[in-house]
Amino acid sequence: MSTVTKIKKGLDIKMIGEAEKTIKDHVTDQFAIKPIDFIGVFPKMLVREGDLVKAGTPLFLDKYRDNIIFTSSVSGKVKEVKRGPKRILLEIKIEADGKEEAIDFKAENPEKLSREAVVKKLIDSGVWPFIRQRPYSVIANPSEKPKAIFISTFDTAPLAPDNDLIVHGHGETFQAGIDALRKLTEGKIHLNVDAKSTPSKVFTNTKGVEINAFSGPHPAGNIGVQINKISPINKGEVVWYLYPQDVLTIGRLFLTGTFDATRVIALTGSEVLRPAYYKTKIGASIEPLVKGNVTTVEKRYISGNVLTGAHIDLDSYIGFYHSQVTVIPEGNYHELFGWALPGFDKFSMSRSYPSFLFKNKKYRLDTNYHGGERAFVMTGEFEKVFPFDIYPLQLIKAIMVEDIDLMENLGIYEVDEEDFALCEVIDTSKTDIQQIVRKGLDLMRKEMS
Amino acid sequence: MKLLRDIIDKQKPHFSKGGKFEKLESTFDAFETFLFVPDKVTQSGAHIRDAIDMKRTMIIVVLALVPALLFGIWNVGLQHYISNGMTPDFWPMIGFGLLKVLPVIVVSYVVGLGIEFAFAQSRGHEVNEGFLVSGMLIPLVMPPDVPLWMVAVATAFAVIIGKEVFGGTGMNILNPALTARAFLFFAYPSEMSGDKVWIAEKADAYSGATPLGHLLVLDADKMPTDWSMFLGTIPGSIGETSTLAILLGAIILVATGIGSLRIMLSVIGGGLAMGLLFNLWGANVYMDIPAYQHLILGGFAFGTVFMATDPVSASQTNRGKLIYGFLIGFIAVLIRVFNPAYPEGMMLSILLMNVFAPLIDHYVLQSNIKKRLKRAKAVLA
Repeated sequence: MSTVTKIKKGLDIKMIGEAEKTIKDHVTDQFAIKPIDFIGVFPKMLVREGDLVKAGTPLFLDKYRDNIIFTSSVSGKVKEVKRGPKRILLEIKIEADGKEEAIDFKAENPEKLSREAVVKKLIDSGVWPFIRQRPYSVIANPSEKPKAIFISTFDTAPLAPDNDLIVHGHGETFQAGIDALRKLTEGKIHLNVDAKSTPSKVFTNTKGVEINAFSGPHPAGNIGVQINKISPINKGEVVWYLYPQDVLTIGRLFLTGTFDATRVIALTGSEVLRPAYYKTKIGASIEPLVKGNVTTVEKRYISGNVLTGAHIDLDSYIGFYHSQVTVIPEGNYHELFGWALPGFDKFSMSRSYPSFLFKNKKYRLDTNYHGGERAFVMTGEFEKVFPFDIYPLQLIKAIMVEDIDLMENLGIYEVDEEDFALCEVIDTSKTDIQQIVRKGLDLMRKEMS
Repeated sequence: MKLLRDIIDKQKPHFSKGGKFEKLESTFDAFETFLFVPDKVTQSGAHIRDAIDMKRTMIIVVLALVPALLFGIWNVGLQHYISNGMTPDFWPMIGFGLLKVLPVIVVSYVVGLGIEFAFAQSRGHEVNEGFLVSGMLIPLVMPPDVPLWMVAVATAFAVIIGKEVFGGTGMNILNPALTARAFLFFAYPSEMSGDKVWIAEKADAYSGATPLGHLLVLDADKMPTDWSMFLGTIPGSIGETSTLAILLGAIILVATGIGSLRIMLSVIGGGLAMGLLFNLWGANVYMDIPAYQHLILGGFAFGTVFMATDPVSASQTNRGKLIYGFLIGFIAVLIRVFNPAYPEGMMLSILLMNVFAPLIDHYVLQSNIKKRLKRAKAVLA
């Protein structure tokens, strides 16, 4: 931790409902893998309803990159393959049988394996999809060699889980995961820690990585910001990234030989009566988790955090990449003269509501837009929460008019939709910016392939 | 409140697609959202949103204009009575001022909002809040004695040619309120300059020239004191005379974070720089006036705080704003001193820089692009 990178621009949104730092067990036999969690993947089914699967049994693969397969996180029976409009694959539901059977991929020391053998093991077990790349935030291409691998060990989003708590006592597993990752790149592995707390020894004692410290408000924990500050992505370059729990999964694969999809998730949000951490497996149903543990108002269930998470139903499942479930009130109400009243309890980044005087106030925020959509009028707002050397408004406009050259010139390779989440929150014009950025990234990926 | 909501919900189907009054959907929406913040919830992206919206933003700017407006109303009365050799009490002055100023405000809002509603309706858009501010800015930059029909024509010109032809709020190149002022200045020069118009119903014998008017004829002896120019007890446009009232507005804008302090400071910097340069030169009386006086003369303060900071017509990049602001101040003083036939250098200077703002942004962006390309090349090499 020789150098600390200070992030000055950003915003910590303080919300009610932080998880209590105890890890409980979440017991459920309902799981699902959701193909829509994977950007740019066109699923081709490998199992049918009624098939018996073990942890590590392939469920589907990507039609356009058939070396990327997705496997079951538990052992049991394929209960339902749920499709949506236009037969889009929504969920592959699996009912666990409790036997915890898993396919044996052989426990091996990654340091003694070749790159090819490591890649093969990761692919066969279905662990590969944890490794994603920038630009575009899609699953990494196994045949490419990234210029570096980035791991963000802390999350600065509202109510985000504390990774120090989650990895506590798993130092050996984490190191095994890192050892495997070191085979994948000739560049460095950057392990980015939070400068303001004392990071877990699991992180600081890891060997074979470069540790970088970051301080500042959200999005300091965003991988995109960290990449941008350490080694920004130029045209044609690829950087891989993943998160601590993904490294643990890789570590367990090499230590035990099985795809162990164990995940600790934080149940958070103002509408949760007893917010806490739960140990479960990837794709667990949230229903037993929230039953009897939430308020009675109309609620929004989010897999992930309030900035970037997915809107899910009560009978739905935790997303593949998520380690947080947030429950907040819906905002479908009319407010008389809401824009004209003083608004002492309103959350705003601008100082147009007096609530800015109470810096440490925690808010119970809902899903209301608080206004109608307008053309971009205000300027200089996004720059306050966007710690890149990039002009956010101009990039967004370039994407809206689909000007490929301009998008490239203004630095679209360096950003992801999550980096624009705060811009979207504070936008006076109420534009859905993340959607626009995603469109731009998809367009660039299509153009470049 | 529940009752009001019920009435709206009951009427809404008539104004929606397929209803009796579907042609008035935008109008209905404008009134509904005026009363109630909509119940629309987030569908994609961030689930939570900031409480600020365009209405909040605009109402705060209007609030910031209130000190200048109130002072203007009082000053219109004051100037009128002084010119007639009377020294009345506070209330008669306010009364006379209201009589003069209120009709201008009403005309500006009625004409402007009428056009805005019509355009929103014909395009099927929601009505934008931008004119809430423009509609207040226009009266404040008018001379007190301006005929109402001129206000109407200027407002219509500003909204249609200055804004709607470019696509409405957020798309315009020129500041609409200044477009209205410039239109009158060039279309009806005799009514807009000289020393007759700055005091309402002035006695003929009394000189009604503004400080800039005195300087035009290099008559620095007749200049009011710094103090009265700062307070604003001088003839001039309705809302522009009092630097103090404008300063109060600036404090509101900067404290709420809605007005750009960056632009305000760089305009002042530009004005002072040019003023000091002229001081060094010192070829005539006008060049010799202290640089700081330019800040309290004419429309400089009003333009700095309320016109140059208009986010749509200003530069949109932070670095661009510094250049844009500096040049506004610089050129405003330049026009004033070198070309006194156009006493209102500030208006022309802002309009000029409005036109150049996209160019400034272009070069700021180019430097960012070049930096990125250079970095990419360094990697390849």
